[in-house]
Amino acid sequence: MAKLTRNDVLKLAKLAYLDLSSEEVEQFREELGEILDYVAQLQAVDIGTLEPTSQVTGLTNVTRLDEIIDYGVNRDDLLKNVPYIEAGQIKVKRVLA
Amino acid sequence: MSQWESISAIAKKVQSSVFRAQSLVEQSLRTIEVRSDYRAIIATTDKRARERAAEIDSRITHGERVGRLAGVPFIAKDNFLAFGANTTAASNMLKNFDTPYQASAIERLEAEGAICVAKANLDAFAHGSSTENSDFFTTLNPHDKTRVPGGSSGGSAAAVILDMVPFALGTDTGGSIRLPAAFCGAVGYKPTYGLVSRSGVVAMSSSTDVIGPLTRNVDDAALVLDVIAGRDPLDSTTIERDPESYVHDKLLNIQNKEIGVIKEYMEDGLDSGVKEQIQNSVAKLKKAGAKINEVSLPSLPLALAVYYIICPAEVSSNLSRYDGQRFGYNYKAAKDLDESYIKSRSIGFGTEAKRRIMIGTHVLTSGYYDAYYKRAQIVRTKLINEMNSVFKKVDFLLGPTAPTTAFKIGANIADPLKMYLTDIMTVGANLTGVPAISLPVGSSQGLPVGLQLMAPQRHDRQLLQMAKTTEEVLA
Repeated sequence: MAKLTRNDVLKLAKLAYLDLSSEEVEQFREELGEILDYVAQLQAVDIGTLEPTSQVTGLTNVTRLDEIIDYGVNRDDLLKNVPYIEAGQIKVKRVLA
Repeated sequence: MSQWESISAIAKKVQSSVFRAQSLVEQSLRTIEVRSDYRAIIATTDKRARERAAEIDSRITHGERVGRLAGVPFIAKDNFLAFGANTTAASNMLKNFDTPYQASAIERLEAEGAICVAKANLDAFAHGSSTENSDFFTTLNPHDKTRVPGGSSGGSAAAVILDMVPFALGTDTGGSIRLPAAFCGAVGYKPTYGLVSRSGVVAMSSSTDVIGPLTRNVDDAALVLDVIAGRDPLDSTTIERDPESYVHDKLLNIQNKEIGVIKEYMEDGLDSGVKEQIQNSVAKLKKAGAKINEVSLPSLPLALAVYYIICPAEVSSNLSRYDGQRFGYNYKAAKDLDESYIKSRSIGFGTEAKRRIMIGTHVLTSGYYDAYYKRAQIVRTKLINEMNSVFKKVDFLLGPTAPTTAFKIGANIADPLKMYLTDIMTVGANLTGVPAISLPVGSSQGLPVGLQLMAPQRHDRQLLQMAKTTEEVLA
């Protein structure tokens, strides 16, 4: 199961929006294979009817009142790292080439 | 001998005008400068630190309240948002990220008068065990410059041991506070999952990320925790804190306590020098009257495999927000939006971030999801059940923090799996959410050894009292 092909790696890179060099493809093909071999030891575990754990606090549906709270952070602070802004909006490159 | 007294002693002297906050900040900044060759620090927040110190001194002159940590300088790992410098997470992706607001933990420390003086180095995005994955530089171990300080909070641990500050903040996702604490000879505290707000901290693996202090002694760690612990409306995963203080005046009566030595951590692969120090510590605790038995958690050796599925899965999800459009590195020459996303991510992320994104994407892919991710979550349940049942028999668990002492720079960097194995004794606490602490217990061939103690979830107070008692017994 853990043997990956170059095509597998390229497919994953595409899903993850990464453009890998051909050296990176080869490097990750080998390394991911080794890591997946290591984690494959879980396949042999008797899991019976146990349920999966996704969080450990036991908290559920943490809600608060739907009201505006002033945290002392303004819109300009939050937008100051945006590379392109026009009229207070985040500007992105064209979607269709 | 440290130039710093205990945190509570420093704060008391500032409150009573024996010390000036401004002198403490200067002392800290001077030490950072003198010890810059260890590369523990990414940037100082000197301007803001000096302003805050002047303000605290002036408030004292006017007889105003200045807080329990008045004038105490500290360093935050550079994945905490703190004013006064960019927040980089030691990554090229966030190299120019201009801090827009502060982490809740920083806010709470500042409200009690503590002063952030610098941001510490880490493995980029906290992915690593040595700081060698920092996109900027590797921090050197304070005891041996040819060795790593551990990671990912390596800069924070080194900063404390290099005497730059009385305490530093770190984050611990799979051992990132405890491992560098062990490698550098500091106390490193990983609280119960959810006890400290993560608002304003760069997310790594959301089901295991916690925040905690690195200090020189247990009392200091307890005091810092006491200030930062508790519910925060900005982090819905936070839990209620203990109504009582995490700082203890009294030692624990260990005659009534059962301590379980984790069998699986004392077996093959444990360095003989580390084993000797752990056994010495156990012998001393026994002599002091503690009831010590070997206990087994049969699934614990699987924890690392579980972790290296769950963590990359959550990393790949958390790092999907770095698309170059709202913050972080942006590739200027892109022709369209897709190219902008892809190039921004491919240039902005370093090798380890890409590696984890790739693993995480793979284990979450339909077709592999059940075999990897879901199975890992189920084995996680098995591990939690074993942890719960062992804590019915013992009050605390004990073992080493890491299988070895600090390794040489470069020794593991070419072999990611070998690097991941460094976390083998720390990830168990993260997956189960229990609190854990690493205490310095002597050395092996001149390098510090860390002893790890764990307690059931939400037993942070009890664990800190046990740790304080252990510190005393071993002194």
